[in-house]
Amino acid sequence: MTKTQKIVSAGLLVAFYALIFALEQILPARAMLFTVLKKGAIYALVAVSMNMLNGFTGLFSLGQAGFMLVGAYAYGIFTVPVAERVNVYQYFDGGIIQFTVPVVVALVMAGIAAALFAALVGLPVLRLKSDYLAIATLGFAEIIRAVFQWEKLGPITNGSNLLRKFPTFDSFNITNADGEVMVYLSTFVPFVITGVCVFLMVLLLKSSYGRAFRAIRDDERAAEAMGINLFAHKELSFVISSFFAGVGGAMLAMYQTTVQASAFKSAMTYEILLIVVIGGLGSVTGSCVGSFLFIAASEWWLRGLDSGTFMGISAPTIFRSGFRKVVFAVIIMAIVLFYRKGIMGDSEFSLKGIAAFFKRLFGAKRKRPGTEGG
Amino acid sequence: MAGDGRMNILQINELTMRFGGVTAVDGLSMEINDGEIVALIGPNGAGKTTAFNCVTGVYEPTSGKVSFMGKEISRGTSPDKITRLGIARTFQNIRLFRTMTVLENVLAAKHMRTRHNVLTATLQLSRREEKRVHSEALELLEEQGLLHLKDEISANLPYGLQRHLEIARALATSPRLLLLDEPAAGMNPQETAELADTIRRIRDKYSLTVFIIEHHMDLIMRISDRIYVLDFGKLIASGAPREVQANQRVIDAYLGVANDA
Repeated sequence: MTKTQKIVSAGLLVAFYALIFALEQILPARAMLFTVLKKGAIYALVAVSMNMLNGFTGLFSLGQAGFMLVGAYAYGIFTVPVAERVNVYQYFDGGIIQFTVPVVVALVMAGIAAALFAALVGLPVLRLKSDYLAIATLGFAEIIRAVFQWEKLGPITNGSNLLRKFPTFDSFNITNADGEVMVYLSTFVPFVITGVCVFLMVLLLKSSYGRAFRAIRDDERAAEAMGINLFAHKELSFVISSFFAGVGGAMLAMYQTTVQASAFKSAMTYEILLIVVIGGLGSVTGSCVGSFLFIAASEWWLRGLDSGTFMGISAPTIFRSGFRKVVFAVIIMAIVLFYRKGIMGDSEFSLKGIAAFFKRLFGAKRKRPGTEGG
Repeated sequence: MAGDGRMNILQINELTMRFGGVTAVDGLSMEINDGEIVALIGPNGAGKTTAFNCVTGVYEPTSGKVSFMGKEISRGTSPDKITRLGIARTFQNIRLFRTMTVLENVLAAKHMRTRHNVLTATLQLSRREEKRVHSEALELLEEQGLLHLKDEISANLPYGLQRHLEIARALATSPRLLLLDEPAAGMNPQETAELADTIRRIRDKYSLTVFIIEHHMDLIMRISDRIYVLDFGKLIASGAPREVQANQRVIDAYLGVANDA
């Protein structure tokens, strides 16, 4: 990337964030757009973290929901206000943890907690190959879900009861003394968190370690013969990916305003896997674009199929409640059939790419008479 | 040969490798001294690549011992550790990092020789080292005639150039001993002649020792200091190219004369 391209890209990014900020001040806070943006930002982060593992390192892991759960709990446990703990942990005498940490610290702790679990799980599991790895990580996610609901851990995890009252995205809004919102930041801040995390992952993937990850994906035997320690690098990728999944889990907790282990089902992992595949294995921008499209389609654009007409889309009453999922499934099948490598393949969304696209488009138009003649 | 005072680099003692009932390598003993170009030849299926795999840690031998610069490496030393000790290899059936560019292939091989950790690498705190590694990689590509193709995806290179890239990538690990597994396979006579020059040139430039498996006899006869001949896993001859060429057992093995004929 040349210097001008870098500056233009950075400028566009700033403009994009400014747009998000401005939209939030102008549009009503309950607009569907913000639901999509918030959830999309969370899923984008988790999808990129999963892509780092599945797309860049070639490890087919299905433990994402499990690590998000760990992150969500770590965040909730350390941020429920002390005064509220008696109510939240009502069956456990207010729990045993009687302090809170700032939100940013809690987000980092959520990541570290997930990373620690990943480090332990990785020791035995990363010696397995492809499908076995997928089964083992899926199993881990199921076990962790059961463990966190265990009554004996209640003083810490609140057992199978909800964790609530912790700071949410709305807590980022700046209010005046009367509780009126002066500046809306409840969408902007999640975008900043995701932006920072994705930026760090991109830097990692562009570094020498990223090359080692891709070398392992392309050919394990050759990577090993080039002095790359397979286990150490797989573990590293697994731990870092889980760190960001943990942060994503904490953000999901903020979005949902409550945490309950039973919500982190394997279906969540499949949703994220779907985003990664639709966006393109090995494409960071693909995962980001894919997650917003996925969330927008499933939460917003296709809602009309379930309840009345929406954005001009409606379905006969007989299909109601559930038809949305049928249409959605068909769309996904079409994408997988016609864009086998996902929307982006393994390339990235860039100014250069867009320029090349238009050049091809117009170049082809100009050439057409010539080719017809010849 | 060891009598000329050159340091012993690789020592193989009574190496045997069995797969179930098949004995791929049977009691192979050989040694390679500093700066030599030594060839291992033999008909298809003679166990040459298996011997390479035992040296590079892909297989743990059934019995016997491999030592590199006086250190035993045949038990519990993983391939990446062996590479770090200073043995690099190329593969008979080319194993490039197929989706990565030519330059990235070489850079990936330099990864283990860099000192940065995951944090300094991510935050780009070691720019000077990154720059050094980059320029070293470019130099290796230039040497193999690949510089103008550095941003090409490696899988798109023509066959002969892929073999050269394998050599550049192996050299990027800064080896003391270079193992080449049929580097001339699929090359035409002219390319093979150029390869001979390349091998000699890199041996001198990087003060390497070269251990080579090859079927092109003209290449082997031209560059080897010594030759070992394997047949059905057993060593049947060894010595200078001329001696081996005249050896009746070698001729029989290659022409397929039955032992009891």
